Amino acid sequence: MLGYYFHLAVRSLRRNLALTLLAIAVIGVGTGASMSMLTILRAASGDPIPEKSTQLFTPQIDNFGPQPGAPPQGQDELPTSLTYTDAVALMQARGPVQQAAMYPAKVTIIASGTRELPLQGQALATDSGFFPMFDVPFEYGGAWSRGEDKDHAPVVVLAHAFNDRLFGGANSVGRSLMIDGKQYRIIGVTGTWQPSPHFYDLGINSSYSSVDQLYLPFTRAIDEQLQTSGGLSCDNNGPGKGWSTLLHSNCVWINIWVELPRAGDAAKYKANLRNYAAEQRHQGRVNWPPHVALRDVMRWLDYNHVVPAPVRTLTNVSYAILLVCIFNAAGLLLSKFMTHAASVGVRRALGATRSAIFAQYLMEAGVIGLAGGLIGIGLTKLGLVSCRSALAQDLSVLTRLGSSDMAIAFAMAIAAALVAGLYPTWRATRVPPGLQLKAL
Amino acid sequence: MELGQILSSLRRNKAAVALITLQIAVTLAVLCNGLFIIQQQTRLSRSPSGVQDEAGVFIITNQWVGSSSDGAAREQSDLAALRGLPQVEDATVSVDHPLGGAFMGEGITVNPSDPKSGAFTMVYPVDGHAIHTLGLKLIAGRNFRPEEVVVRNGFGQPAASLAGAIVTEAVARQLAPDGKVLGRIATMIPDGTRVPIIGIVERLQSTPLAGDAPLAAQSILLPYLWSDSQIFYIVRAKPGQFASATTAARNALYGISRDRIVIGIQSFAEARRDAYRSARGVALIMGVISAILLSVTAFGIFGLTNYWVSQRTRYIGIRRALGATRGTILRYFQSEILLITVVGSILGVSLALAANFWMLRSIALTRLPPTFLIVGVIGVFALGQLAVLWPALRGSWISPALATRSV
Repeated sequence: MLGYYFHLAVRSLRRNLALTLLAIAVIGVGTGASMSMLTILRAASGDPIPEKSTQLFTPQIDNFGPQPGAPPQGQDELPTSLTYTDAVALMQARGPVQQAAMYPAKVTIIASGTRELPLQGQALATDSGFFPMFDVPFEYGGAWSRGEDKDHAPVVVLAHAFNDRLFGGANSVGRSLMIDGKQYRIIGVTGTWQPSPHFYDLGINSSYSSVDQLYLPFTRAIDEQLQTSGGLSCDNNGPGKGWSTLLHSNCVWINIWVELPRAGDAAKYKANLRNYAAEQRHQGRVNWPPHVALRDVMRWLDYNHVVPAPVRTLTNVSYAILLVCIFNAAGLLLSKFMTHAASVGVRRALGATRSAIFAQYLMEAGVIGLAGGLIGIGLTKLGLVSCRSALAQDLSVLTRLGSSDMAIAFAMAIAAALVAGLYPTWRATRVPPGLQLKAL
Repeated sequence: MELGQILSSLRRNKAAVALITLQIAVTLAVLCNGLFIIQQQTRLSRSPSGVQDEAGVFIITNQWVGSSSDGAAREQSDLAALRGLPQVEDATVSVDHPLGGAFMGEGITVNPSDPKSGAFTMVYPVDGHAIHTLGLKLIAGRNFRPEEVVVRNGFGQPAASLAGAIVTEAVARQLAPDGKVLGRIATMIPDGTRVPIIGIVERLQSTPLAGDAPLAAQSILLPYLWSDSQIFYIVRAKPGQFASATTAARNALYGISRDRIVIGIQSFAEARRDAYRSARGVALIMGVISAILLSVTAFGIFGLTNYWVSQRTRYIGIRRALGATRGTILRYFQSEILLITVVGSILGVSLALAANFWMLRSIALTRLPPTFLIVGVIGVFALGQLAVLWPALRGSWISPALATRSV
């Protein structure tokens, strides 16, 4: 029966063609506007590492305590990164399957024989655990080992795009690079890998576009005194004079990520973290009760307010468009269905039940939704292209239309049309049988 | 007026009338808030940096290659070369600029015994050329003298004292309500550096990241050269020589040393475009959304009234035959939509206020000023009348002779 109704609905589209086209256009516009914004919101609040996001955690410790003049911190008064002292101590933990400390640094690079002028690179100083923990793919070579972490080895892993830029995509493993005046050996080139948001290093003002170009061993970067290019917050004592004073200062600039795949692991790790913080109090390093946190990827993104507020606002506003379009389509369908009143009357007189009429007209609304969905996807693409040029550079990576977004667009269009068709359909079922026959 | 007639005919089309009323209400709510957001974001993107003639001043992002231990000396020779260029008016150096993204935050107070006093500010370590290069307006006190500018390399022990600080008017008012802080000794937090306040400038933006928060106007100039691996040379070109000045500056810098990367050269006007691209984008998208919404609603009103006119063809014919003028018919349909708009506006204004209340909590926006409500209401009234015009005219052209036919 539904197949027959579908057939009827498609035929009925041709009746009151103007009204039908308007209804389709209105549903399309509503879907297009909402889906453009929703696609951006979905990408902005998306899971950068879906397979593992619930197993990856980052610890936080209260280093500043309740002192006046402490720099601005997160909403729970915790600094969003760790001191060198704490980072090194926490890296001794045995619980995690993988773990890595990390901080970003801007470095100058001279690739012998490739370019005359040096260029700037965005480096991430991290540990060997980074690559298996985040499932980083490799195109050539591989990551460095734990042994090389311990040896403070002068090795470097290049990101795919940076290898393209420096060596035209050739296998550069084994070649050497001058990084801030020191020689490093290239031991790996990653495959294309760009988690968005860039959760493990959120940057100061761009959580989406920040791209690492090369990875160095953390231990080596500390030896070479590579300064962080990310945030550095200090308490009243400041960073002090010189590199070793900075390392022992109470300035926070390093983040740790740990992989805790089993259920109880996180609780155990957090208990250890609290013990560590309590121990610092006993040792007299701090004089306030331990205050720690352990967040997984999505909680960390939420905590850092990664989704820009305007994106949320614009998405909500675009829902208002969809709402207006539904009201509008309902009006159009009401006019359309009521002009069919005579034929409904005949069908009812011939024995069709109210529920049969209901199914028939709701199907018609659904078909209009289907057509509106097609237009909506087209308009979504158009909307995303416009948003790409309008929004900041770091948000433009969010304007890709995925297949799941298209599926949502279709579902949204059909749902909108069905909601819009609900009342007009109900009205159609109220047409008394036979009454219209008189007028014929 | 034929209010009774209109009401009774509207009652016969309850559902359609309700749908149009709701459309008008939601449109009004979005329109008011949308216009408000557009105004706020546009104002944000134009927030004054304090820099005079932004298109004539450019920023050179310079990254040193290798050790920066003698950075200050290298900066001095670079600056001398830049200032010597015939196309250049003046030049200075800093670790950031008022439209950049970095933030070197420090507190300042004139009352160190009270930990709650003072202001959190952006520190610009500069020399005596900064005020002239940026074109800042010195409203009290004096500029730095060359002998007052000291050198600090990388992470250094904070200086115990500096020869002077120049603060913005906003900082001055934070330090003392009457803004009279000239000559007072200030203490920097956390460094504890003691420094007399020697000058006050009208405005110097701290960072565009501060948006329109008070922090945006809270900046301090301190007389020292801080050499970091990445620094900004700020150069004011002579009038009309901007393009040749940028080329000459790049060549001059590479002429002195190639152990550097000139990462970019851009004018403050370009830096402003980059810094506020997001704000302008939001304003633009909001504008497009409002336009779409208005046209959808206009089509809705048009479609419905057009349908009503066709439905009532005979009725209009009869009324015309009984002596109603074209004007009466025209006004009848216009009043019908007017009535719907009135109800829709009342609903819409409440919705707009509710939406604004919700946005107050989600994004930093101030209360919706009544002007926007008034503009929005005028907007939907105009929209309704515009959309009904053609159907109403069509109705008024129906000939009285139609009444005599039995359709």
